[in-house]
Amino acid sequence: MNTLSAVWDWLTTGANWAGENGVWHRLEQHLVLTFACLALSALIALPVALTLGHLGRGGALAVNLANVGRAVPTFAVLVLLLLTPLGRHGQWPTIIALVLFAIPPLLTNAYVGMREVDQDVVRAARGMGMTGTQLVWRVEMPLAFPLVLTGIRIAAVQLVATATLAALVGGGGLGRIITAGFNLASTPQVVAGAVLVAVFALLMEAAFELVERRAPGWVRGRAR
Amino acid sequence: MTAPPPDDCLAQNAWICGEYLSTRRQILLDAVLQHLQLTVVSVALGLVIAVPLALLARRRRWTVGPVLGITTLIYTIPSLAMFSLLLPFYGLSATLVVVGLALYSLTLLVRNLLAGLNGVPAEAKEAARGMGYGPTRQLLTVELPLALPTAMAGLRIATVSAVALTTVGAIVGYGGLGNLIYAGMNSFFKAQVLTASVLCVVIAVVLDLLLLGAERLLTPWRRASGKDRVRSRAGSGIRRPVAAPGRRT
Repeated sequence: MNTLSAVWDWLTTGANWAGENGVWHRLEQHLVLTFACLALSALIALPVALTLGHLGRGGALAVNLANVGRAVPTFAVLVLLLLTPLGRHGQWPTIIALVLFAIPPLLTNAYVGMREVDQDVVRAARGMGMTGTQLVWRVEMPLAFPLVLTGIRIAAVQLVATATLAALVGGGGLGRIITAGFNLASTPQVVAGAVLVAVFALLMEAAFELVERRAPGWVRGRAR
Repeated sequence: MTAPPPDDCLAQNAWICGEYLSTRRQILLDAVLQHLQLTVVSVALGLVIAVPLALLARRRRWTVGPVLGITTLIYTIPSLAMFSLLLPFYGLSATLVVVGLALYSLTLLVRNLLAGLNGVPAEAKEAARGMGYGPTRQLLTVELPLALPTAMAGLRIATVSAVALTTVGAIVGYGGLGNLIYAGMNSFFKAQVLTASVLCVVIAVVLDLLLLGAERLLTPWRRASGKDRVRSRAGSGIRRPVAAPGRRT
């Protein structure tokens, strides 16, 4: 009960929200890091996944990438990159680590989405004389979109979590409030930072949930 | 540039260093043991909670929604935040890390257990009932064995994820190999960071293979020759993973 009121005090103290180490600045860093890395990883993963999915090649790679990646600790990769010469270039080690871990869910889901497109529809489109490019843009992509979106959602929520870990290697973001709390041995600050991070992650999840619910049928997919 | 003497890799702060392995053997061994303990205990704890939860959700249909909802909610919380939220309850202790990791395992295990139980063919259940099996006997001898492959897939994902996540426990001083990575980061000790990272992956792969072996032993009927097996989809070798939620970091 004591901790709870101390956490509340921390969260309601204006000074904790302002300035370089304040919540607003950390939140901004977290948002920028998350969305910049999401855009970057989507730019890398989606073209590859859509091409492989269209051609029906590289399935084992696309599907297993996520499982292989699971065995590699994010924290270890963050620290390893920090100790390479890249570590002297500000945020780059963090960005590279975040992008590396956001690629597998994007790639796997987009690939599976492309492969699960009803082959009768594809054959019908070919029969109508569509070229490969038309087939991708007008038939396969719209039908694969629900799973592409699922991949983006998983990647986004995961990026929020990974960006938090970046604080351990000196990156910005809301995780810094937690690590600073540990350094100050201030349990209220640690818990307050954790609450902020958890709320942020849940809001990200909720935002995607809302998009998927409100969106037209073809975005949501059939049986979901 | 003269070639460095081979035993001088520690002084040079090389990435790969045999000298490091031989001089820090005990430290590495202790870290691996702590890593294994934290991982195994937390997954076991998750399993002990997940099985009754899944059985409850199967028996009382209305509990499925809340059980899946709450576990998914837990899974959304980033690990650093999860460990921090548990700090007031457990302090800087190994229990904190175990409870946090168990909560993540729980989600993966409950989902896959439910998916496995729901995937048991109705004919198998009817046949069991027709042979006079009671509900308990049917569960133990028919449904659970048939749900095993899906459940084991969940257990493997949960275990591999737990091995990777244990490293974050370094924030409270109980991260197994994560402690070495954390210390190595602060002192720019390359050999220590690389060795500990590689050992993490090795532990994950070894545990995954052990569980795969256990699965094979427990489900001898699935090892029937290839032609007997029903193929889910002709031609394409790709099957949708049963439950492939994002990794937790």
